[in-house]
Amino acid sequence: MSKTQRIALVIGLVLYAVLPQFLKSYGVYLMTLLCVYLMAAFGLNLIVGYAGQMSIGQAAFYGIGAYVAAILMTKMGISFWFALPIAAIACFVVGLALGFPALRVQHHYLAFATLGFNVLVFLVMRNEEDLTGGTFGISNIPRPSIFGYSLDGALPFFYFAFVSVILLAAVLWWLLRSPWGRAFAALRDNPIRAESTGVNITAYTLLAFAIGAACAGIGGVYLAALVNFIEPGQFSLSVSLLMLLAVIVGGSGRFFGPVLGSIVVVLLPEWLRFLQDWYLAIFGFAVIVLMVYLPGGLLSLGDRFKSGGGTR
Amino acid sequence: MTPFLEVKEMRKSYGAINAVDGVTLSVGPGEIVGVIGPNGSGKTTLFNSILGQIKPTGGAVEFCGEDITGMSPLELSRRGVGRTFQTLQVFVKLSVRDNLIASAQEFKGTMPGRLFAKPDAGCGHHADQMIDMFRLQHVAHLPAGNLSYGQQKLIDIAMAFMPAPRLVLLDEPCAGVNPSLVDQLRELLLLLNKSQGGSFVVIEHNMDFIMKLCPHVICMVEGKVLAEGPPSEVQANRQVLEAYLGN
Amino acid sequence: MVDLVQLIISGTATGAIYALCALGFTLLWQASGTINFAQGEFVMVPAFLMLFFINTAGLPMWVAFLLTCLVAMVLLGYTFKRAMVDPLIRHGVIPLVIATLGLSIGVKQLVKAGVTAQAQPFNSIFPDGLLSLGALKVSYMDVGTLVLAGLIVISLQTFLNRTVTGRAMQAVAQNTDSARVLGINVARMVLYTFLINAVLSVVAALLVTPTYLAKFDMGESIGLKAFYAAIIGGFNQTRGALLGGVLVGVLENLTGAYISPAYKEGVALMLFLVVIIFKPEGLLGKTEERKV
Repeated sequence: MSKTQRIALVIGLVLYAVLPQFLKSYGVYLMTLLCVYLMAAFGLNLIVGYAGQMSIGQAAFYGIGAYVAAILMTKMGISFWFALPIAAIACFVVGLALGFPALRVQHHYLAFATLGFNVLVFLVMRNEEDLTGGTFGISNIPRPSIFGYSLDGALPFFYFAFVSVILLAAVLWWLLRSPWGRAFAALRDNPIRAESTGVNITAYTLLAFAIGAACAGIGGVYLAALVNFIEPGQFSLSVSLLMLLAVIVGGSGRFFGPVLGSIVVVLLPEWLRFLQDWYLAIFGFAVIVLMVYLPGGLLSLGDRFKSGGGTR
Repeated sequence: MTPFLEVKEMRKSYGAINAVDGVTLSVGPGEIVGVIGPNGSGKTTLFNSILGQIKPTGGAVEFCGEDITGMSPLELSRRGVGRTFQTLQVFVKLSVRDNLIASAQEFKGTMPGRLFAKPDAGCGHHADQMIDMFRLQHVAHLPAGNLSYGQQKLIDIAMAFMPAPRLVLLDEPCAGVNPSLVDQLRELLLLLNKSQGGSFVVIEHNMDFIMKLCPHVICMVEGKVLAEGPPSEVQANRQVLEAYLGN
Repeated sequence: MVDLVQLIISGTATGAIYALCALGFTLLWQASGTINFAQGEFVMVPAFLMLFFINTAGLPMWVAFLLTCLVAMVLLGYTFKRAMVDPLIRHGVIPLVIATLGLSIGVKQLVKAGVTAQAQPFNSIFPDGLLSLGALKVSYMDVGTLVLAGLIVISLQTFLNRTVTGRAMQAVAQNTDSARVLGINVARMVLYTFLINAVLSVVAALLVTPTYLAKFDMGESIGLKAFYAAIIGGFNQTRGALLGGVLVGVLENLTGAYISPAYKEGVALMLFLVVIIFKPEGLLGKTEERKV
């Protein structure tokens, strides 16, 4: 990162931290929701943008995380702090399990498998009423407290989610700068070459999937605590599709791509409320235009003006 | 001298067409063997069958006394078998330096260990040496996909040598390379052969290049070995001339 | 036993509609490498077009159908190809997949915001009532659907196998480069494929809308089923789409009746996942060795 970028990042973070002080509770809720959504979107960017795999099922992991946490917290009285790692590990394992057979196939077939998986998870959430509450979902999900300090209020929970997403992003940043990040990029850019230079493409594909899934699972736990109520519709296939579009619109394979993309799909529709359903209509067609003229996403706009500036 | 790489009766057929039709060859330690032959004579298919990219129909490959037939490219790379590609196969979005590091890092330490290793995995210095050797300093930090064909070809070759493999199969290293670079490339390969001590098998159409690089040449026609021996002999062989010039 | 046969017949009828959609899907893939995630919306749009011609313009059903075919060929065939597929396909499969996802959302929301969010009734072209064959009772709609879909499929197969143009289209689907060397006008053949896909979508709309009702999100379900059908049968096989469509339709019906209505699509979905994992080329497909 250049110096200007670092300064811009710090200013952005400070503004984001201060802004909720001046907002009503719904505004604070939206800003918290963006943080939560971003956890899943960062994970998806690892899978799609860095490791070059397709996933049309990120919402399934978002949902598994949310449901695992909700069931543990409401039905078994387990604290948030235990539910969080359990949900993350559950998603990691399921991500591995899904990726493992899907390895036999590549590219679009992998995308199809994740799509089918999402529908399957949705059906289970909707139909297994004893466990998931069916279409009624699970309500009264408690918010955690930290060192005895309750996070029930909108602002305290916002800061909790805000710090958490920064921590998650920092871990991912470090991971992508390690040799693993280079191996993921090698897998994305040229799997055949990667394999002949010793990159275990099987292991790295699985890891990308599992880590991305775990990020979504963590996001799901925070979502459950944020909205206090979850139901299957929050994790349907269309949620996965929108999240994929968010990552690509922002700029997949760019670290801050998902941030921009998530703002476009989470915050903008609320600010542009007068547009109602037209917003998504415009968004849909804008995606087509973007793919034709700027396939690298909005963040690649900068590259148009300066030559070079390669990213990884 | 015991052979280092031994290919026995290698076969690969697509339906009724025998792309590789019973090829036997052996390569000694540190030896450079050239493979020539007209287009479609099965050279690249032979490479791909040896390297586990495609499944051979029959035959066996032994490397250092071990049967490596049908092993995956990954298993082969771990045994010290490297390759270059006929078509460009670099990591297009990674910088040249990262391309080189990516080709060597997986041989350093364990996979979990590399998660906590330095970003360059300890391969940075070696990558810089290779960049100097291939004279890529001025483009070292540009994405490899943005470079010219010839430059990417050099990167491709440098990548194969990054982990100091014991055997390298080079598939048309000169194809599309500017003639002034060809001599430089040959010098580099000879230098690498001396310094790293690996054996090479080189497919090439550029006769001049092959004649000066390889003490031993094999000529393939229609999936079979037509002639074998020192370059001058093979070049003088009437059958070889006929195969190249047509009947 | 009679129940089972009836379930299979009506499942086959529904499956025939999925097959029409899946057929268009595989044709597009074979001819141009296009994976169309807006395939469901390609059924939804003609449904609304027909409603417009019938209700607003007051035209008879068959005129509305023909007009809709024409509009669909222009919009969903020609324009789709020229405006989206042509500029995007050279960047690979993924950008086009993303763009069709965008198209799917865009069209759906456009209809919701600009036309109506409510489900609109749509009359079947077949009479109500049941046809009795002994103890067996089959609705005229199922019989009609089967006959019409069957006719469309047979004539399409005949066209592809027996006419010069059809064979040229198959050549393009199998190997674009060789087809070009043989002097086939590849661009035109690909365009024909897109036009055929548009017409297949209109027929599917005509048959499915009486049950699904015309609604902005009706394509989600049918698009997904067509997608399952294409994969199950074999993505690179025209016959595969037919087998897949019928399998999905029948399995859905049987699962709904014998296992649980809540998991109606569950078994087809499981079959879809099993096929992807263990036989990704599909039940009727051929394996493609990876290229180096």
